[in-house]
Amino acid sequence: MRIDSKGRIDRSRPLTFVFDGTSYAGFKGDTLASALMANNVRVVGRSFKYHRPRGILTAGSEEPNALVEVLGPSNQTPNTRATMQELFEGLVARSQNRWPSLGLDLLEVNDLAAPFLSAGFYYKTFMWPRRLWEGLYEPLIRRAAGLGRLSGKHDEGTYEKAWAHCDLLVIGAGPAGLMAALTAARAGVDVILCDESSEPGGRLLSDEGAIDGLPAADWVAGVLAEMASLPNLRLMTRTTVTGAYDDGTFGALERVGLHRRPRPNLPRECFWRIVAKRSILAAGALERAIAFENNDRPGVMMASALSTYLNRYGVVPGKRIALFANTDSARNTARSLMAAGVEVAAIIDPREDAAEEPGTTVHRGAVVARARGRMGLREITIRKGASETRLSVDCLGVSGGWNPTLHLTCHMNGRPRWSADLAAFVPNDGAIPGMLVAGAANGSFSTHGCLAAGAEAARASLAALGMAAPMAALPQAEDAPYAIAPLWQVPTKKRAWLDFANDVTTKDVALSAQEGFTSVEHMKRYTTQGMAPDQGKNSNVAALAVLADATGRGIPETGTTTFRPPFAPVSIAAMGAGGRGAGFAPQRFLTSDRASRDRHAPMIEAGLWYRPSYFPKPGETTWRESCDREVMMVRSSVGVTDVSTLGKIDIQGPDAGRFLDFVYTNTFSTLPVGRVRYGLMLREDGHVLDDGTCARLGETHWLMTTTTAAAGLVMRHLDFVHQAFCADWQVRFTSVTEGWAQFAVAGPRARDLITSALGRAPGLPFMGCSDVTVQGIAGRLFRISFSGEEGYEIAVPTRYGEALFRDLIARAETMGGGPYGMEALNVLRIEKGFITHAEIHGRTTACDIGMEKMVSAKKDCIGKAAAARPGMTGPEREQLVGLKPLTDSPITAGAHLFAQGAELTRENSAGYVTSVGYSPLLKSHLALAFLKNGRARHGETIRLVDRLRDIDVLCSVTGPVFHDPEGEKLRA
Amino acid sequence: MPDLIAKPALGHAPLTLAGTTLTEEPQARITAIAPFPGQTDAVARALGMAFPAPGQVVESGGRSLVWAGRDIAFLIGDAPTVALAASVTDQSDAWVTLALRGPQAVAALARLVSLDLRRVQAGQCFRTGLNHMPLVLIVEDADRFRLMTFRSMAQTAWHEVQDALEKVAARAALTA
Repeated sequence: MRIDSKGRIDRSRPLTFVFDGTSYAGFKGDTLASALMANNVRVVGRSFKYHRPRGILTAGSEEPNALVEVLGPSNQTPNTRATMQELFEGLVARSQNRWPSLGLDLLEVNDLAAPFLSAGFYYKTFMWPRRLWEGLYEPLIRRAAGLGRLSGKHDEGTYEKAWAHCDLLVIGAGPAGLMAALTAARAGVDVILCDESSEPGGRLLSDEGAIDGLPAADWVAGVLAEMASLPNLRLMTRTTVTGAYDDGTFGALERVGLHRRPRPNLPRECFWRIVAKRSILAAGALERAIAFENNDRPGVMMASALSTYLNRYGVVPGKRIALFANTDSARNTARSLMAAGVEVAAIIDPREDAAEEPGTTVHRGAVVARARGRMGLREITIRKGASETRLSVDCLGVSGGWNPTLHLTCHMNGRPRWSADLAAFVPNDGAIPGMLVAGAANGSFSTHGCLAAGAEAARASLAALGMAAPMAALPQAEDAPYAIAPLWQVPTKKRAWLDFANDVTTKDVALSAQEGFTSVEHMKRYTTQGMAPDQGKNSNVAALAVLADATGRGIPETGTTTFRPPFAPVSIAAMGAGGRGAGFAPQRFLTSDRASRDRHAPMIEAGLWYRPSYFPKPGETTWRESCDREVMMVRSSVGVTDVSTLGKIDIQGPDAGRFLDFVYTNTFSTLPVGRVRYGLMLREDGHVLDDGTCARLGETHWLMTTTTAAAGLVMRHLDFVHQAFCADWQVRFTSVTEGWAQFAVAGPRARDLITSALGRAPGLPFMGCSDVTVQGIAGRLFRISFSGEEGYEIAVPTRYGEALFRDLIARAETMGGGPYGMEALNVLRIEKGFITHAEIHGRTTACDIGMEKMVSAKKDCIGKAAAARPGMTGPEREQLVGLKPLTDSPITAGAHLFAQGAELTRENSAGYVTSVGYSPLLKSHLALAFLKNGRARHGETIRLVDRLRDIDVLCSVTGPVFHDPEGEKLRA
Repeated sequence: MPDLIAKPALGHAPLTLAGTTLTEEPQARITAIAPFPGQTDAVARALGMAFPAPGQVVESGGRSLVWAGRDIAFLIGDAPTVALAASVTDQSDAWVTLALRGPQAVAALARLVSLDLRRVQAGQCFRTGLNHMPLVLIVEDADRFRLMTFRSMAQTAWHEVQDALEKVAARAALTA
C-alpha cells in the first residue's frame, strides 16, 4: 500500500512490470520488492525445503525470502533478490521453487511431512536400500529442493571486469562512510566510496533522523553535492564490496545495467578489483530476527525494513502493524508509521523497564509467542508470563537487535569478538591490514557515533598515508545509547525459524546439539544453517546463540562460523567476463592463415595457435582422403607447410656455445658456422624437456628451435639455468618466434622449388644453413627435415610471410605439389619415427626414446646426473617402438599393450600407444608406442587394447622408423 | 622476379569511440638490446643513450630506448650502427603496436591492465599483461598510450581493446 507524500520514488515516472505473468505498476526508484508491496503482493516465494509461502523480510542484500528469477532477452537470472532489483519499464520476474504456482505449490506437502524432514534427515532416511540413492532418492531430493533454475543456455549477456586504484577505499555510504570519504577527499587523497544501494545515505535515508537540525536526507544531499565537486573522489553506487584479499585488494560487484532495459554493449555487471592503500569498512549493521512459532509467515519482517519501505519507497506492507523488539530502534519505526497515518496496534517489548510510547500500547516484559496466517499474517499471540492474548494484525516488525556487518574483516582469517554490552560480535582491530572499521560496523549505533567514527577513521587513514587532516566540526546528530535485553528465541514445541533461506529452525539446531554436532561448524553443516545465498546474514548469530543455549556454553565460547568471500552473491558471468567461448584465451594466427582459409582448410588449435589441419580438394569428402593425398604429394613431389609456430630463440654472446653445451645433452660448441644440429634437452630431473635443432649463424650467434608446445617452457628453462647456475656467462637469449615466418618445403622436388623461389640453387648440405635473399628480402634458409624427405625451411620477416607462403604454394602447384596440413605432417613424421610431445610427454628419458647415445660422455649437462639414477634406464623401462597391426584395422593412441594371452589387468599392461596414423605409403596404420624392453622385442606380436573405443588388435613390434631407415632421402 | 609484399599485422582502420581512438601504428624499426652481464654501461656509452631503468623510456635523437624486461630494452628508431657488448636482435616484425589516445584511454585500459595508471606521464613504460597477452605499455601522455604485443595476437588484442572501449562508451552514453 502506497503512502502519499512519503518516499524517494519518482511519482512522475510510472513504470509497468510483470511478476508471475501479472502486470503491475510501480515508480522509478522502486525496487521489485517495494513495488510488489505497493501492489499488496504478500507471498513472493516459497521456502527451500518445506515450500512454505514466504514474504519480503528485509530491504537489503541480505534478503533470504524474496528470491526471484529475472527474465531478459539473453538471460534467466535465478535467485535475484527482489530487494536489490530496481524496477525498470518492462521488467519481467518470476517466483521460483514452486509447482505449479506460487499460490498452489504441491510440494508444500513437505511442510506436512516436516517431522520426517528435520536436520540431517537425508543422512538417516535414504540409507536403504543403498542402490536407490543414485537412481531415485537423490534425483527426487534435488527436484524438490533448490532455488531458482538456470536456463540451460549460454549467458550471452555483456559483462565486464575492471581494475580500480585509490589511496583510500571507503566501503559503505551511510553516515560513517560519507563522513569518512568526505574528510579524506577534502584532504586531497584519492578516495573510492562504494555503496551497494542505488543511492548513498544508508540508514539516513531509511530513518527520519535529523543532522544539524535538518532532515538527514538533506544533509546527505549536501555531502553528495560537495563530493561531486571533488575530482579525487569516485563514488561507486550499486557496488557491493564482496571480498577482502591480500595487499589491499578488494573484489566488488557493480550492477551496471541490471536496473535498466538492456542496451548494446552496456555491461549487466562489472566485477571490480579495487586496490587501495588503506580502507575503511563502514558497512553498517544488519537487524536480526527473534525466533518464535511460525515467525516465517508472510507479513512478519524486520522492523528496520518497515522504516526503509516507508521512508525510501513510500509503501507499507499492512494496515495494522505490531512491533516486537528488544531495543529502542524499533520505536523510530513505530513513530514514523504513526506519523504516516498507519495504525501501530502494539509494541511488544520483552524489556520489563521499556518506556511507554504515545499513540500505541506497549506490552512490557512480553513476547510474541506465535504467528498465524499461512498466505499472510492475520494474528499474533502475545505472551506475558503465563497469560496469552491474541491480536489481529497484518504485519509484524521484528527486531532482535543489530549485528555489525563485519564480514569483510573475517576474509583473511580474522575472528570477531563478542561484546556483551551489544549482545553482538564486533570486529577485532587489524583483522585486515590497512583497514579500519567505523560506525555501526564497529558497534557504534548512534548517528553521532557513526559520524564521529567516520571522521576519526579518515583522519587515522590520512595519517597512515602521511597526510595531516584538520579537525572539522562534526555535524550535530542523535547520540542515544544502545540498550538491549538479548532475546534469541521464544520457547515453543513447534517450529521457529532461524534461517529462512534454508528452512532451519531452532529445533534443528537443538537436534544437532543432541546428536553430538555441538561445534558451531558441525552444526552449520548438519543443519545447513547459513549455507543459503544469504550466507547466514540473517540467522548466524541467533543460531549460534540457540546452539550455545542447547549446549550450556556461552556465546563467546561457541564462536562463529567463518565468513568467507563473497559477502554477497557474485555471478560467475561477471567474474569470468570476456572469457566465454573464443574469449577464453588469446588467438595466435599465422601469416598464412588467410591463404589457408581461402583454401577451406579447417583449423585446429595447437596451444594458442591456429594451424591448418588439411587442405581439401574438390571431390574429397573426408579428412583422410586429403591427408593421404598430401602425404603422397610430399613423398612424390613437394609440399609446403607453415612451421612458424615453432619456438625460435636467438642466442648471442661469447659464452653461447658453452651455454648450449650445458643445456643440451649433446655438444654444440664444436658445430661449424653455417651448420645445424639436432639437440635434446633434459629437465633437471633427467627426463626429456624438449628437442629441436640449433643453427650456428655466426661465431657467437645461434638460433635455437623448440617445439611449438614448449616454446615458452624452454625460454623459461634457459632463463632459469642462466640466472641460477651461470649468471656471469656472457650470453643472452631473446625470443624471435614472432619475428619470422618460416615454411617447411619437403619432398623430392624441394630443391627445385627452393631454386625457383630464390632464383638460384640453394647449395646447402644436409643440416646446413645460410642467409639468403628471397625475392629482394633478407631471409634465412635451413636444410632440415621433419618428413624424411629432402627438406628445407625458409624464413622471412613476418610481414612478408603471407606473400612468401602464397608464392611457394603457387610454385609448388606447378610441380605437382602444394600445401600440406597438420594431419599429413603428423603421418609423415610417424612414418619416419620422429618424436613430438606425444612421445616426450614429461615421463620419458633419453634412453626410453632410444637417444641415450646423444647424452655426451665428455661433458656435463643439465639433467645428466639425474638421468643416470637407477631406474632411469634399462629393460624394465618402456622403450619407443613402432607397431604395425597384423590385420587391416584401425588402432588408436592411448591404447595399452598386453602380451598375448595375458589377462587384461592394469598390472599386465606392458606399454601404451602415443601416436597413430594411416600411412598411404605403406598402406597400413602405424603407431609409435612405448613397450617394456621394447628395443629387444622387435618382431614380437603384441596385443593392442583400447577399452574406451573397443579396439583389440594384434600388432607386430618394429623399430620406430618405418620409412627410409637409413636416411638416404634426407641427405640426397 | 617481383619483390615480396609486406603486410601489416592487421590493416584495420582507426576506431573512435567516446572521443578515444584506437589505431594500428605503422611498423617501426625495433631492435632488442640485451647487454651481456656487466656490460650495461658500456652499451649505453656506445649507443650514446642512457640504458633505461625499469619502467623508463629514454629518448634521444628521435630514437627511444624502452625498458622491456630484465636486462633488455627495445630501441625504437634507427638500428644501432656500432658493435655492442650485447645481444642485438631485430624485433620489428615480432610486435604489433596499437595506440590508444583520448579521454577514455585510461578507463578502457582499466578493463585490460591491472596497473595503477592514475598519474602516469611521458617517459614511463610498463612490461605487463593485456588480459592474457604480453604487453609493453608506453606512456605518451596521461591519456595517450602505445601498446605493444605479440604480432600473432594482434587480432585478439585489437578485439579486446575495442570491446573495452565499447563498454566504456556505453557507460559514458548513460550520463551524456
